[in-house]
Amino acid sequence: MTEKFNTVQTGGALKEVSAPATPRSVAHRGGDANPSVAALEIQFPGSVLRSQVVWGETTVYITPSSVPDVMRWLHDDPDQRYDYLSDLTAVEYRDYEEPLEVVWHLRSLPFRRFLRVKAAIPRGAPLAIPSVWGIWKAADWMERECYDMFGIVFEGHPDLRRILMWEQYREGFPLRKDFPLRGRFSRAEQLRQALAQNIESRYSMEELTIADAFEDLPPDMRKRLSTGERTGE
Amino acid sequence: MGLTARPEHRTVAYEPQSQEGWVTTRLDFLVNWGRANSLWPMPFGTACCAIEFMATAAARFDLARFGMERMSFSPRQADVLICAGRVPFKLAPVLRRIWQQMPQPKWCISMGACASSGGMFDNYAVVQGIDTIIPVDVYVPGCPPRPEGLLYGIRMLQDKVMSERSADRKIREEMNPDPKSQLYIPPSVIDELGEPFGNSVNQTRSAQ
Repeated sequence: MTEKFNTVQTGGALKEVSAPATPRSVAHRGGDANPSVAALEIQFPGSVLRSQVVWGETTVYITPSSVPDVMRWLHDDPDQRYDYLSDLTAVEYRDYEEPLEVVWHLRSLPFRRFLRVKAAIPRGAPLAIPSVWGIWKAADWMERECYDMFGIVFEGHPDLRRILMWEQYREGFPLRKDFPLRGRFSRAEQLRQALAQNIESRYSMEELTIADAFEDLPPDMRKRLSTGERTGE
Repeated sequence: MGLTARPEHRTVAYEPQSQEGWVTTRLDFLVNWGRANSLWPMPFGTACCAIEFMATAAARFDLARFGMERMSFSPRQADVLICAGRVPFKLAPVLRRIWQQMPQPKWCISMGACASSGGMFDNYAVVQGIDTIIPVDVYVPGCPPRPEGLLYGIRMLQDKVMSERSADRKIREEMNPDPKSQLYIPPSVIDELGEPFGNSVNQTRSAQ
């Protein structure tokens, strides 16, 4: 932690400072859109496809290829300052014609704004989208979870592997619509594969806590890790 | 449940024609009495059942009345594994390792519907009953069971401990199922037997 930690005043960039109040009688559709959308349409004319306001929250649809530029601009621009990635997930709809969407929930603490950004991966195209790990470090585990559950490859992610299921999991991606609820394999086969996994293989030098405790590890594990063995595969 | 008095089975059963004498059975009784009243639980709490388990251990229900006041968070010093909550497949080898690390004599209580049968989680991620991984002595039903229910199960386990005989070596044997045995059920048959049960969603599992 060599960087100086700058505290952010919530709502500190607003012109007139008023206490935040719970909005009342919010319309289902329509209402005031987040001003960032208008700014985005000026800044990236071809990338913003459409936007809508639902329950007072603004959703903006962008093209997948423009994700790195748009996100970097939303994070860095002094009039936007979306400094908090609160959620990252994906949606697959029941209709097979509908594309699979990746969703980012962005929050601007200085401006007290919330923006939902969606990018649709067209059907038939490889499930891949640029990573935003370089902009928000919080995207690390969220993108891993998204990859684990949907199989979306986040290009540029430093360590894209499964996070919830174990790494030898062979049945596919559980949150996809073509995945049966009970999994693809039989119960006995699932149990056999689960019990066959080596518990110690969960340790790897990528885990920071293990790297810190390297000297305290048992000799055999130290030997395995020092040979560069990428365990868990 | 648990509020009515249960019949006491506090004697060691033995066959009259066996060579065991009065001293052996009395010694068994003494050993069992000591074991049954000083069971140290290894809490393996993964879900809401663990909350009820904590309530059982706390002052109102007071697990210490049964000699279990010392929670053993190391399996090496534990007698009873209380599995409270659902066990995902990722945790299955961990649970089995913990069971293997516990020294004999050891017992296991499966607490709640999820640990006993998978409960409502009939999905790709959850083990359908921990008895597919480790042997279980007492199943406590409920979702989650009330503390009285767990206490009832613990009393049942104590009765079981009290009726053990040290001459019976079989109860301490740890065995893996032998495919050549008559009792062995192949996995395909287990799946076939288990398929009609579970959730109401009618779905087929695509092969491979």
